[in-house]
Amino acid sequence: MTSRFNVVVDSVGVASATPDEKQPYAELGLKEDEYERIRDVLGRRPTQSELAMYSIMWSEHCSYKSSKVHLRQFARKNPKTDRLLAGIGENAGVVAVDDEIAVTFKVESHNHPSYVEPKQGAATGVGGIIRDILAMGARPVAVMDSLRFGDADHPDTARVLPGVVDGVGHYGNCVGLPNIGGETVFDPSYQGNPLVNALSVGIMPRRRLQSMQASGVGNAVILLGAKTGRDGIGGVSVLASATFDEDGDADSRPSVQVGDPFTEKLLIESCLELFDAGLVVGIQDLGGAGLTCALSETAAAGDGGMHVDLERVPLRAAGMEPHDILASESQERMLLIVDPAHAETVLKRAHRWGLLATEIGTVTDSGRLVVDYHGQTVVDVPPASLADEGPVYERPIAEPNDRALVAVDRAETLSRPSGDDELRQTVLDMAASPNLCDRTWVTEQYDSSVFGNTVLAAPHDAGVLRLDERTGVGIAISLDGNGRYARLDPYSGAQSALAEAYRNVATTGATPIAVTDCLNFGSPEDPHVMWQFERAVTGIADGCERLGIPVTGGNVSFYNQTGREAVHPTPVIGVLGVIDDVRGRIPVGLGEAGDTIALLGTTAEELSGSEWAWAAHRHLGGVPPKVDLDHEMKLAELLARLASTEQIAAAHDLSEGGLSQALVEAIMRSELGAQVLLPEGVDPFTYLFSESTGRVLIVIPRGQEVAVRGACEQRGVPITPLGVTDSSTDGLHLRDHFDITRDDLAAAWKGRIGAGLGE
Amino acid sequence: MSGVVPEERRDRGTGARVGVVTFPGSLDDRDAARAVRLSGAEPVSLWHDEAALRSVDAVILPGGFSYGDYLRCGAIARFSEVMGLIADAAKSGLPVLGVCNGFQVLCESHLLPGALVRNAHLRYRNRPARMRVETAKTAWTRAYGEGAEVVFPAKHGEGRYVADEATLDELESAGRVVFRYLDNPNGAMRDIAGVCNEAGNVVGLMPHPEHAVEALTGPSTDGLGVVASVLAHLNEGAVR
Repeated sequence: MTSRFNVVVDSVGVASATPDEKQPYAELGLKEDEYERIRDVLGRRPTQSELAMYSIMWSEHCSYKSSKVHLRQFARKNPKTDRLLAGIGENAGVVAVDDEIAVTFKVESHNHPSYVEPKQGAATGVGGIIRDILAMGARPVAVMDSLRFGDADHPDTARVLPGVVDGVGHYGNCVGLPNIGGETVFDPSYQGNPLVNALSVGIMPRRRLQSMQASGVGNAVILLGAKTGRDGIGGVSVLASATFDEDGDADSRPSVQVGDPFTEKLLIESCLELFDAGLVVGIQDLGGAGLTCALSETAAAGDGGMHVDLERVPLRAAGMEPHDILASESQERMLLIVDPAHAETVLKRAHRWGLLATEIGTVTDSGRLVVDYHGQTVVDVPPASLADEGPVYERPIAEPNDRALVAVDRAETLSRPSGDDELRQTVLDMAASPNLCDRTWVTEQYDSSVFGNTVLAAPHDAGVLRLDERTGVGIAISLDGNGRYARLDPYSGAQSALAEAYRNVATTGATPIAVTDCLNFGSPEDPHVMWQFERAVTGIADGCERLGIPVTGGNVSFYNQTGREAVHPTPVIGVLGVIDDVRGRIPVGLGEAGDTIALLGTTAEELSGSEWAWAAHRHLGGVPPKVDLDHEMKLAELLARLASTEQIAAAHDLSEGGLSQALVEAIMRSELGAQVLLPEGVDPFTYLFSESTGRVLIVIPRGQEVAVRGACEQRGVPITPLGVTDSSTDGLHLRDHFDITRDDLAAAWKGRIGAGLGE
Repeated sequence: MSGVVPEERRDRGTGARVGVVTFPGSLDDRDAARAVRLSGAEPVSLWHDEAALRSVDAVILPGGFSYGDYLRCGAIARFSEVMGLIADAAKSGLPVLGVCNGFQVLCESHLLPGALVRNAHLRYRNRPARMRVETAKTAWTRAYGEGAEVVFPAKHGEGRYVADEATLDELESAGRVVFRYLDNPNGAMRDIAGVCNEAGNVVGLMPHPEHAVEALTGPSTDGLGVVASVLAHLNEGAVR
């Protein structure tokens, strides 16, 4: 130890000699029995560094200790498919698009940091998910964001929303990834606990798939990217304050990391170059839990041993202790496992991109992860005990007491607009409501065209990317959730989100093939929340089994609550589809004048949990719309068929706001008007605002009506002609009821978010 | 006003080599290369740190956030190895186009007058920009009709063109305002979207022609005219 380090390091030797020293395990979030288990694993008390590592790796965030028993359903029920090249447990799931190309995608939450510091919290959420994609060997090619805030007019929303959007935009724009879609939702349940879920997708040649294994005894362990600072050390600062009370610096640590998209861009280019040159044996990103997670996971997945000299880690801050270095969540870092013969080349190539690359250790077959700090061993543990063998809990589950009461409090009994004037006004009021109004204020802060492969982006039903300029093969992705449906019934609410994302992808003409999910819930220590969680996971697993598309990975975020009130259970589902030729994609719009407007699917009186019930009455009760996955599959197959035969000019999924909103959005995406005649005998209000699932508004080119009807009948998909697109009117003409001009629609729908923020 | 093509490049024509510079943090370099390829020319990668122009006939400085743009946009890039060569070659007539961050680099390098500052509304904004081509007498706009309307995506946080009044007057009277916004998206002075140097071989603009080259992915295909212009310019040099 050099003289500069005058603080006594809590080494393994010291720990063995002082078995009775009190340790702040409870402050670090470890239960007494968990602490005892660590002592059993090690046969002594843990050092400070080891205690920090166990507290992080055995946290809910890293160990999934409350969710694991339920998530096993995914593995059990996942349909078998040759497309799945890497699944749950990897950094991100990888699916084959064709014989040559694979894509990898995942959605992840960054909820709590985004509440504390909206811009950096959201930015580093985007940065983190991009590195997961990179770690699989893929070039990240797009991002998406699913955002939930409190009431649109709440003062804190005006603090959180602009910062989050700025953060998502800043990071994605600077790192050079198009943002191709997502959602922005307002509900008071997210007041004090916004949800920021970010998705990234990457593309790779199949043979470039990377591994997180630290294999090959003698291989070099290289840390690539940014220097390590005190960012995001969070809970581990307890160690400092408990042990070094006089160190005033300990309190001044930021708990939210700061993102540097420029360094991330260099990391991407540099890693891709190293992959292509065949120089990488294993790779893992450093995200939450920093080096602790990357070292233990790569060692546990590989030959079982690793030796690290921690003082070699380049630092950004002075006076960092070993446990600080191990716990730091400094962004834009990757851990590489490299053949020692190539180490020099790797360092040189990284340097060409202006990146730091430092050899910090070697792979061993000792079965131990050993970390030395200036010659003293501060960590000596079996890596699997950190990475794979954390605690697993079967948390108590209890159905909420108010379920029956909520179910009978149906929105179908609420007072409705009477007469055509009130109906017309309801169309406008709904179009102007926070959850249905134009999202341009958000989406125009995002680059959507960089890379030149974005075929569709928001506000289309799904983002569509071209993957290969020669063949036109591409993918479509949609990211959807509905916390209100899930609050009313978490099983069917989760399936609704799955069905909507699935349908959105199908609506662009693509065929859904894989799923990622981000499960946002309250405290797992609340049996009612655990019940919601179990029901939602079961709903997704059953749904994916039925639809024949596997869950490939995702993320669980618990403790989304302020005080005793948890957020609505909010499973956010990403569905990825493939499309043989993106030139056949179906946009939102109205096609050409004289085309036929028709509705696929069946409309029932389903208003509970609807946007209308909330916007008009602030009502949430009853039973959410039924989900029929068999119907969704027929619908998807039909849409893919119509897209490939060019028998469909435009399409738009019906979801929140029902037919009324779908018509408004289609009109606003077009320069035409819509002449609509509702089917005989229906209640116009129900037909316009019900949120029955499994419905898509389609526009059929002239001359194709008979063929389309035949295709529908063949598959048993109900089709109802609704009217024609029209150049003589430019708005919505609902025959026998009302007219709304384009200007009136635009005045209601546009500019609301900015205006709500005082712009 | 058309630029002088150096003697050794006069035999190039449409088989021309168009260099696209990659700075650390360049984002639209691949897209610029695609635009060159779609126009029938050969894109050539130029690396910021290498003093080599690789016999290119023209150069595009693409959009992005060169070196992270943590100082002023483009302020570091101007000192790169390759920019020294490009600046010298531009003075002897090499056609150079700067798009977005590339425009910022050209201003920082004093190859173009003025500066690009934070948008008046203080936000990054991504919108298709409608513009008028104010002059067809530059190396990069000669394929357009003068006064033609074009639509390229504009997407930037710092794209508001500013200069002192005398400079603006000089640009106007010399016909050096190349593109002018029809719906000014950022508060640019006199709605200026793009300008050129005196010789007309160096052009900078904020909106992205390279993102308007395919109907499938862009708001228009108007951007193809920019590369077509420089190829016509090089061709004319070849026959003259």
